[in-house]
Amino acid sequence: MTTKAYDLIVIGGGPAGMSAATEAAEHGLHTALIDEQSAVGGQIYRAVDEVVTRRADDLPMLGEEYAYGETVANAFRASTAEYISGHTVWQLDQDGSIWSSDGAKAHAFQAKNIILATGALERPVPIPGWTLPGVMTAGAAQILLKTAGMIPVGKIVIVGSGPLLLLVADQLIKAGADVEAVLDTTGVMDYVRGAPHLLRATKSWPYLQKGLKLKRAIKDAGVPIYSGAHEFLISGDGQAEQIGFTSGGLRRTLRVSTVLLHQGVVPNTQASRQLRLAHGWHKTQRYWYPRVDEWGHSDVPAIFVAGDGAGVFGAKTAEIKGKLSALQVAYLQGRISVQVRDNAAAPLLSELENHTSIRPMLDAIFVPPRDILNPPIDATIVCRCEEVTAGNVRDAAALGAQGPNQLKAFYRTGMGPCQGRMCGLTVTEILAAAHNKCPEDIGAYRIRPPLKPLTLAELADMDVGKAAE
Amino acid sequence: MKHPIWEGVMFDTMNKDRFDVAVIGGGMIGPAVSIGLLQRGLDVCILDEGDDVLRVARGNFGLVWFQGKGFGMPDYVRWTRRSAGLYGDFASELKDATGVDVAHANPGGLELCLGDEEMAHRQHFLGQIYQQGGGEPYEIEYLDRKQVEDMLPGVQLGDEVVGASYSPLDGHVNPLFLLRAMHTRFQQLGGTYKPGHRVTSVSDDADGYVVHAEAGDIRAAKIVIAAGHGLKDLGPPLGLDIPIRPQRGHILVTERTQPLLPMPMSAFRQTHEGSIMLGVSAEEAGYDDMVDTKSINDIAARAARTIPALRGLNIVRSWAALRVLTPDKCPVYQESATHPGIYGIASHSGVTLAAVNARVVSGWIAGDPPPEEFRSFGVERFNAENAA
Amino acid sequence: MLKTRHDTTDKVSVTINGQKVEVPARISVAAAVLSVRDGATRTTPVSGDGRAPYCMMGVCFDCLMDIDGVPNRQACMVTVANGMVINPQEGASRLGDGT
Repeated sequence: MTTKAYDLIVIGGGPAGMSAATEAAEHGLHTALIDEQSAVGGQIYRAVDEVVTRRADDLPMLGEEYAYGETVANAFRASTAEYISGHTVWQLDQDGSIWSSDGAKAHAFQAKNIILATGALERPVPIPGWTLPGVMTAGAAQILLKTAGMIPVGKIVIVGSGPLLLLVADQLIKAGADVEAVLDTTGVMDYVRGAPHLLRATKSWPYLQKGLKLKRAIKDAGVPIYSGAHEFLISGDGQAEQIGFTSGGLRRTLRVSTVLLHQGVVPNTQASRQLRLAHGWHKTQRYWYPRVDEWGHSDVPAIFVAGDGAGVFGAKTAEIKGKLSALQVAYLQGRISVQVRDNAAAPLLSELENHTSIRPMLDAIFVPPRDILNPPIDATIVCRCEEVTAGNVRDAAALGAQGPNQLKAFYRTGMGPCQGRMCGLTVTEILAAAHNKCPEDIGAYRIRPPLKPLTLAELADMDVGKAAE
Repeated sequence: MKHPIWEGVMFDTMNKDRFDVAVIGGGMIGPAVSIGLLQRGLDVCILDEGDDVLRVARGNFGLVWFQGKGFGMPDYVRWTRRSAGLYGDFASELKDATGVDVAHANPGGLELCLGDEEMAHRQHFLGQIYQQGGGEPYEIEYLDRKQVEDMLPGVQLGDEVVGASYSPLDGHVNPLFLLRAMHTRFQQLGGTYKPGHRVTSVSDDADGYVVHAEAGDIRAAKIVIAAGHGLKDLGPPLGLDIPIRPQRGHILVTERTQPLLPMPMSAFRQTHEGSIMLGVSAEEAGYDDMVDTKSINDIAARAARTIPALRGLNIVRSWAALRVLTPDKCPVYQESATHPGIYGIASHSGVTLAAVNARVVSGWIAGDPPPEEFRSFGVERFNAENAA
Repeated sequence: MLKTRHDTTDKVSVTINGQKVEVPARISVAAAVLSVRDGATRTTPVSGDGRAPYCMMGVCFDCLMDIDGVPNRQACMVTVANGMVINPQEGASRLGDGT
C-alpha cells in the first residue's frame, strides 16, 4: 500500500475545508482535501453544485447565503488542490498520518500538517419518543431539501431553539411543506439574558434583521410559534403520530407525521479526540471544542482545526478561519514570510468581527434547556445505539462511575457504531448533575479508531509500513 | 444527587475515613479481593482514580484461560486451575445477588495454529509445561484440522489452519459486566467506594496506616495495592519493589452478527450480544496506549487468514491497553517485609483470577495461612535470579 | 414519508424491500427509501425496536440498510444507482453462506 504524501491535507469539504485548501494551494503547498461526501459543500453548502446546475429554481427558497457556497466551491475547483472524494477517514496520528477507506479499500496518506475541518453536528435532543421513525433533525430536513429537493409528506412540527430553527421552518413553508407549528423552547427569560450583548451584536445587524424577518414570515404563513415549550412527548404506533408539549402553562397535543428536532449545532470532535488534542468546555453553549490559537493551531504541532469543528460561529467565519489556518501552515512550512502572512490576515481578521460579534448574544439567548441536556425522565433513551436510558446512566453514577469511560464499561454507552456522537454530550451532562461537578471534571469518551467502521477485509489487506512516496 | 438502585445497597458514606482494609485500585483485582474481605466481616474501602486514566481493566478480552499459563511455574498452573474451578460458583453468586449476569461460560477453548511449524511449536511449549508439573494431569489435547472443524460447526476455517490446542478448562466471561457486577456486589456487601481518590503515598503512625489521596486521607489497619501500573510508584517506599513493566496489547471488535463461535479461542471470542473480539498483540511501547495501525493490521490479517468468513464484518472499534507484566509473566502476591499488613498484587490475568482472588486471596489478606501456590508468587524469586 | 418538489424524468430504477420503483437520480438511498415508505427502515440488534434515518449526514447510524447484499451501510451516505437492491437492516448483520 503506497502512502501518498502532501504538504497539507485538509479533512472536510465545507467552507473551512474548501477555503483552507484553496488558500494553501495559492501559496504553493502541495495540498489535498479529503471529503467523505462525493461533492464539496460540507453540510451548510451541501449539494450546492447540484442545486445551481439542476434546481436553480430552489435557490430563492434556500437563501443567498446558501448560493454563496458555489463561489467558494468554484474557487476550490480552480485551485491546484487535489480533491479526494468519497473517502472516510478512520484513523489519524499526531505525526500527520491518515488512513481512509473508499468503501472497498483502505488508503494511507502522510502530511506535514493536517487541518481538521469536519465541522459540526446537531446537538442530540433526547426527549421521550425521539427514536421513533418520523423524528429527524431540522438539519436532516434541510439536507433533504438541498440534496433531493424533497419535503416530508403530512404535518410537520419543528421543535427546539436557535437561529436555524426559524430558517428551516421558513424554508419548508416556502417549499410547500405543511408546517403545523414551531415549538420554540426559548422563552422570555432567555431573551432577557441576551439583552446585555445587544450592543455588540448590532455590528452584525444583517443577521439580526434576518432573524426578525423569518419570524414575521412564519407567522404570516399562519404557522403558530409556541414559546417556552417544554415537557415533550412524541408517541405513536411504530412511528411518530403525535407530540405532546407544554407552553404558556397549557398542555397540548398535536397530530403529526414528522417531527424535526433542533437545539443548535456543536463541534464534531471525533477526530480531534482521537488525536488526543486538548479540549475545552463551552460553559454557556455546553459543548466541547479543541483548544486552538488564533490561527487554529492545536497543542499538537502538526494539527490545525478550522471552522465549526473548533467552535460554532457559522459558515462565513469558518471560511475565514480556514484561510487563516492555511496562511499559518504556509508560513510555518517556509512558503511565505511573516509579513506576507500578516498582510493577508489583516483584512480577514477585521472581517471576522462582522460575523462573530453576534455570537455572544446568540449564545446567551439560545442556551440549551436543562431538560434537554439532562433528561429528567429516567426512561428516556440517551444512547441510541445501545438503547441505554438516562436512568441507567444515573444508576452507573450511583455505582461510582466518575465519567463517560467508566460508564462505557458498565453500560456500553458509546460502544455502538456512532461511537458517542449522539450520546456523548448528554452522558457528560447527566454525570455532571449526578456528581454535582462541572462537565470539565467529568470529561468525554475516549475515541479510538476506526472513526467509522471499516470491514475486517479492508483492515487486513492493508500493507502497513511501506515508505511514503 | 444519589439514585437508589437495589435494596440493601449502602451509599458511599464519603465521611467515613477509617477502615479495616484499604484497597488501592478499582479494576479487576481490587473489587474481587474486597468482596471476599467483606464476606469475612471486614470493613473495606476501595480507592480508585478518575475516568480517563490507564485503567487496564477496561482493556480485557474476557478469556478465563487455563492453557498456556505457568510456563516455568507449576504453581501458577495449579492456581489458574483453581480459579477456573471456582468461577461458575462466583459467577452465580454475582448473578443471584446483583442481577447482573456476567455471561460466564466454560465450553472449553482453542488456540488455532496456522501451519505445521506453529503447531509443532505449540505442542512443544505446552509439553514443557506438562513436564514441569512432574507428571500431574495437564488438561490439554491436540486436535487436528478435522477435529477443530467438528468443534466449530458451520465455521469455515482458512486453508492454513492445521489444528489447535484445546483445554476443557478454558472459558470466557463478559469482562465489563464482571467489573460492574463486582462493583455492585462490593457496595451491596457494605463496601465503601471512593472514586477520584488517586493515592499519592502511604504513611504510618501509632494508630495504623494512613493512605494519602488527593481528595482526602483514610486510615486502615491493612492495605492492598491492586493498582495495576500504580504499584511501580506506590510499592518501593512500602517494601514492595515488584518488577513490572507495561506491555501493550490491541483488541478489535466487530459489529454484532449471528451466533457463530460456540467456544472462545485465544484470538477470537464472540460475546453473548453477538460482537466478535479479535486479538492478540504484544508490543513494548512504554506507557503509550494509543492505537497503532500496524498492530491492528496484523491482528486483522491473521484473523482473516484463520476465519475468512469474518472478512465481511465491520470493525467498529479498536483499543490498546497495557498489560501489567512481571518478568516471568506469573503473578506476584506479596506481603511487605518492612510494612506488615501491606500487600501488593501484580498480575495481567485479573479476569481469569477473579474467582480465586475473591475466594482465596481475600482469606490470605484476612490472616489465613497463604495458599500453597504462594510459595512461588513472592517477589524474592526475581532477586534470586539476579543473585544467581 | 417524503415527496419530491420537482417532476423529473432523470430517474433510476431500484428495488426497495422487494418492490421495484423509480426514484430521482443522484439522491441518497435513505431519501429514496423515505420517498416510498413510512415507518421503520431497520430494527435494532439490541431490542428489535424500529428506527429510521435521523440525521441524514452520517452521524447517527440509524439509517443502516442492506444495500446490494452488503449489510449495515449508512444509507444516507450512498447514492442510488440503477439496479440497486435495498432492504431494511433487520437486527444484526448476518454472515453470508460459505461461512
